[in-house]
Amino acid sequence: MSHSPSSPLPVGHYAYDDVDRTFLKQRVAQFRDQVERRLSGALTEEEFKPLRLMNGLYLQLHAYMLRIAIPYGVISARQMRTLAHIARTYDRDYGHFTTRQNIQFNWIKLEQAPEILNVLADADMHAIQTSGNCIRNVTADQFAGAAVDEVLDPRVYAEILRQWSTLHPEFTFLPRKFKIAVSGSRQDRVAARFHDIGLIAHAGENGRPVFEVLVGGGLGRTPAVGVRLRDDLPEEDLIAYLEAILRVYNAHGRRDNIYKARIKILVQALGAEEFLSQVNAEFAAMDRARYRLPEAVVEAIRARFGAPVFAPAGDAEAKLAAQRKADRAFDAWVSTNSHPHKQPGYASVTVSCKPAGGIPGDVTSAQMDLLADLAEQYSFGELRITHLQNVVLGHVRQDALYEVWQALEKNGLGTANIGFVTDIVACPGLDYCSLANARAIPIAQKLSARFANPDLQREIGPLRLNISGCINACGHHHAGHIGILGVDKRGEEAFQITLGGSSGDKGASIGQILGSAMSEEETVDAIARIIDTYLARRTAGEQFIETCRRLGTAPFKDAAYAPA
Amino acid sequence: MPLLENGQILPDTWQVAAEGEPLPAGDVLVPLARLSEGLGRNSEGRLGVVLTSSDEVEDLRDVLPRLDVVLLTFPVFRDGRPFTQARTLREHLQFKGAIRAGGHILPDQYEFLLRCGVTAVVLPEGADPAVWQKAHEAFTVAYQPSILAEPAEGFAFRRRLL
Repeated sequence: MSHSPSSPLPVGHYAYDDVDRTFLKQRVAQFRDQVERRLSGALTEEEFKPLRLMNGLYLQLHAYMLRIAIPYGVISARQMRTLAHIARTYDRDYGHFTTRQNIQFNWIKLEQAPEILNVLADADMHAIQTSGNCIRNVTADQFAGAAVDEVLDPRVYAEILRQWSTLHPEFTFLPRKFKIAVSGSRQDRVAARFHDIGLIAHAGENGRPVFEVLVGGGLGRTPAVGVRLRDDLPEEDLIAYLEAILRVYNAHGRRDNIYKARIKILVQALGAEEFLSQVNAEFAAMDRARYRLPEAVVEAIRARFGAPVFAPAGDAEAKLAAQRKADRAFDAWVSTNSHPHKQPGYASVTVSCKPAGGIPGDVTSAQMDLLADLAEQYSFGELRITHLQNVVLGHVRQDALYEVWQALEKNGLGTANIGFVTDIVACPGLDYCSLANARAIPIAQKLSARFANPDLQREIGPLRLNISGCINACGHHHAGHIGILGVDKRGEEAFQITLGGSSGDKGASIGQILGSAMSEEETVDAIARIIDTYLARRTAGEQFIETCRRLGTAPFKDAAYAPA
Repeated sequence: MPLLENGQILPDTWQVAAEGEPLPAGDVLVPLARLSEGLGRNSEGRLGVVLTSSDEVEDLRDVLPRLDVVLLTFPVFRDGRPFTQARTLREHLQFKGAIRAGGHILPDQYEFLLRCGVTAVVLPEGADPAVWQKAHEAFTVAYQPSILAEPAEGFAFRRRLL
């Protein structure tokens, strides 16, 4: 049963043309040349490093890691099969979805990297600017084009920004990395307030959007919530205004200390008002005609996006209701892993990449192939990677959910835990990363196993748990309701717990450290006691984060450090 | 040191003012701190200024019409401030003279420099201009407007290079 008639353009993402393909091939040739110049000694390692980083190639503890861009998280079935092929041919048969909606392969050989980039280019993919001190992959809402509450499709604007930022002549050697997120609905699902620039679209006049512009948010060593520079930036000024922000940052951001080089530090040092006045001065002085984003350009980009053509859903809703009644496990999965769709009779599905006891975000090549098959059969050939390291099938007819779930169940992808305590976000940690102080994966696996019972998770309800292996905070521990930070305690791996972080639109907040670091085993037990405290003290219908905010950290701290 | 301009290697006839010594005759490049000395000197020679990456180009606003060259310097190739300095000179200050880039620069940055308004690069002694030419020809398309006002390539902001 297929609900996905073929579309002339790929659904959900920008369709490359010959010009774009030529560019990608030229980029591969350039990188091949750079590798040769490195091997010949014409480039020093110091000089080669930023060049390889801007092609996604990191040197980790044991091997090179390649981070491949998935712009705004959207990928076609064909592209997912290319990733499966890369996993099988050049890596150890799996990949890892990241919090920037990208994918990483951890066991890459430098000499094979140009060839891999060439394979990617053949599928209209690349690794451009997935690392380095430049504008990174622009992220967007994983329910774009499907969500009920959407004002506009953020992917069109994310694509405009992707193109504009690609090999930008002025902004490719910034003080530090630069991350932009675009939300197309009032409910912020992209953590816009934790980005160097967060854009939230609102409906403007004449059917054109306006953007709320937030600047200077971020996690890392110095977590900060972004400050609002504009409430209603007109669409036509979007590029000009971002150019103005980036220029002030490029000229004045600190370059003497990489830990103080992000734009948030500049915003804090100048103060929001002074920063805003510098941006406005730049904006007023610049050649605005050159950077104007005309409606025609927006529409030209939009025209390169395929849109799903929905078949009438008939009695899909009634059929789903009957199936849910008949199968309790399926019903539980639908309630956690499906989301309302603006098209009657359809739903979006989040496929959990967090099985009980598993490694968050890791997917095998066989699972990638299965996801590609399901996307083709049920969701117009389109998949999305979420910033919480899961995969979304955006447009599934409700009477197909049962078949989708059964196929996922058979392949280890059917876990009903989206938004629950085992839907853990974790960085690669000391198993891979040379920056880490502690391993993030084993503690994630132990917590996942500890709370694996589906009834227990449902009883606990919505709870975000984030784990970072070091202070650089790639696992976004500050934004977790419960955060875990790996530290080095006299040469031993240890973990600090933070409480009360949130990235949602109901108030972004930064988690507070509870106390001194504990061993892995103690940390797992402490978190269990924190959750028990919540269960004992919550009021009717109160979620974990709400209880934290009401009670403050004291009772949870007492529980965490209670003698065993 | 040799100068790469429009694909040609040219001898550099300009002299950079040596610290603590009087300005030489002829075409001379002075640091920002000695600009008034340069402007006041009694010579037929032309005048240019050398900027460090932390200098404010805005400080040149009033004197730019009297300058023939601005030399931007990269202390290290990762310090991207000269890109913004070049673009500010062209776009905000309408500087029409030559903008040179010197210091630690990679051929891989050549196209970015040109697109920000740089006209010539000071090459290290013995550098192979072919490597720079190859870098210049590496791409036939760019994805954003630049100082060079290249023609559109199809739709959106794409520009045709070369």
